Amino acid sequence: MSVPAAAATAAAHVIDVVNIEVIYNHVILVLRGVSLSVPAGSIVALLGGNGAGKSTTLKAISNLLRTERGEVTKGHIHCRGERVDGLTPNDLVQRGVIQVMEGRHCFGHLTVEENLLTGAFIHGNKRRQIADDLEKVYHYFPRLKERRSSQAGYTSGGEQQMTAIGRALMSRPTTILLDEPSMGLAPQLVEEIFEIVKSLNEKEKVSILLAEQNTSVALRYAHYGYILENGRVVLDGDAAALRENEDVKEFYLGVGGEGRRSFRDVKHYRRRKRWL
Amino acid sequence: MLGPFLETLIGGLLTGVLYSLVALGFVLIFKASGVFNFAQGAMVLFAALTVARLTDEIDGKALGLEHFVIAAAVLGAALALVGWYAWREYVARGSGPGERRRLALLAAGGALIGGVIAFAYGKGAWPLWVALAATASIMGLLAYAIERLVLRHLVNQEGIILFMATLGIANFLDGFGQTLWGSDIYTINLGLPKDPIFLFEGVFPGGLLIDPAELFAAGIAAVLVVVLAVFFQKTRVGRALRAVADDHAAAQSVGIPLNTIWLIVWTVAGLVALAAGVIWGAKLGVQFSISLIALKALPVLILGGFTSVPGAIIGGLIIGAGEKLSEIFLAPILVQAFDLAGGGIENWFAYMLALIFLLFRPQGLFGERIIERV
Repeated sequence: MSVPAAAATAAAHVIDVVNIEVIYNHVILVLRGVSLSVPAGSIVALLGGNGAGKSTTLKAISNLLRTERGEVTKGHIHCRGERVDGLTPNDLVQRGVIQVMEGRHCFGHLTVEENLLTGAFIHGNKRRQIADDLEKVYHYFPRLKERRSSQAGYTSGGEQQMTAIGRALMSRPTTILLDEPSMGLAPQLVEEIFEIVKSLNEKEKVSILLAEQNTSVALRYAHYGYILENGRVVLDGDAAALRENEDVKEFYLGVGGEGRRSFRDVKHYRRRKRWL
Repeated sequence: MLGPFLETLIGGLLTGVLYSLVALGFVLIFKASGVFNFAQGAMVLFAALTVARLTDEIDGKALGLEHFVIAAAVLGAALALVGWYAWREYVARGSGPGERRRLALLAAGGALIGGVIAFAYGKGAWPLWVALAATASIMGLLAYAIERLVLRHLVNQEGIILFMATLGIANFLDGFGQTLWGSDIYTINLGLPKDPIFLFEGVFPGGLLIDPAELFAAGIAAVLVVVLAVFFQKTRVGRALRAVADDHAAAQSVGIPLNTIWLIVWTVAGLVALAAGVIWGAKLGVQFSISLIALKALPVLILGGFTSVPGAIIGGLIIGAGEKLSEIFLAPILVQAFDLAGGGIENWFAYMLALIFLLFRPQGLFGERIIERV
């Protein structure tokens, strides 16, 4: 996609990341030119191994980066055509972009319900709206309703992940940046969570940018995918196309080729260089 | 025997309330930001000095006019801002994105009006309630400065780094308060009856002697505890404060503005310091040693738990009563049994108790359980 074309379609995109470079602590270069866009109403998956830069990309968008001494040094980030790099996380939540952090990060000493209510912080004291939203979250996550008054620190990993997603929903987001929702969860639970994410996307019209290591699940639920390696996008395409891609099969889905092969025989697939 | 015992107990409990007031300030900041604020004692001293000088009880060296004009300007700005926020939160029922320039203009306007009034009024002793309001505003301004200049730059750093920062703030405040208001010993007159009250004169010979100032302190502490408990448990901002204490990053991710939260919590801690400062100041005179009572708050915190508002109160009561009782009843026994010189138990009793608690119940009596999932 060329630059003018990207600008023209920016209005239809909730998030546009244009060629950003991120440096931690002034010395560690983590992202070296990542570009991606999230069309309104879609689920976009950001795939790649450990340290590829998935989380960093999400944090660059939600601007949680600064508190970790990271900085976007090049490129820019747009939200519905408005430039948002340099704003605070609070500003982004006000604009409907919220991140669900990797590792859930529930408030352990607060009850599940209190956790959910903190998500409505930006809505002040509009009691009616907050009560309605709470019911909606309980509708999507009936399990949370049962555990509403237990301390979040004592709930199971799956319940914590649900709490974290529900908490984000309370802010009435248009876009959720979802970081590794499958982390540390049983496969069955992973499916359950992804089903809920899918129905949120369909019924609530929430766009989702999903960072995942679990490539096969992510590509089944996403519409579009980007594959990151070493802080660069090496491949992108429709989820269906990526599922069929030989390289992706080989390296991420673990289903390529027949039989065992010596590591020496594996050809390193040529990284397609993407400039934008 | 019962008479002296009860009298010591009650006296100790009432002193304990004063420890609790100081400990409360620590708990607030620890609860909301996970920072152990060593500057709490210095804030108590600073608040007490400010009140003492603005009311200017003793003739002493009177303050210059500019002190009063500045204090009034701060008060005016604070009133204007608080009024604006209250209007926006509760009357207009909605909050737009922070309109910085409007707020700055509003504060400047309030400051101007306040300054002009003070100028017209001339220099002189302010009535206590005006001095209290002005000091409260100054504590708010102080909180803003601390957030802006120190905390904001240390987000997500190790606790020890934040602790060191508060140590710096403590030393700065100790000195700065004296630079600003002078280093003599001042007094604060709350207008309370000085004569002790005697209770149950019919039951015990001589009755029980109680200091009305300490009763008053107990009342203030009780009110503060109730207000703070409700604030933390029931309000939106209180919930956000607890969330920030649990996890800075996650709190930010859901749109809780850390800067605002820290401003609020340091302001509230400043107000608690004001209450403690005024009461201690009225009791002991306003002098440098007031900032050292912060050290007495440490065992109180360990006993009650760093995160518990009621814990701070109960801890204070136990320490206060414990040290007085031990001084009077334990000391003679020790002296008899081991042929010691005796005395001084009051000084180490609290710390000994704290040590025992650290060994057997590190989270304190009411502290939040240290959650570990297995």
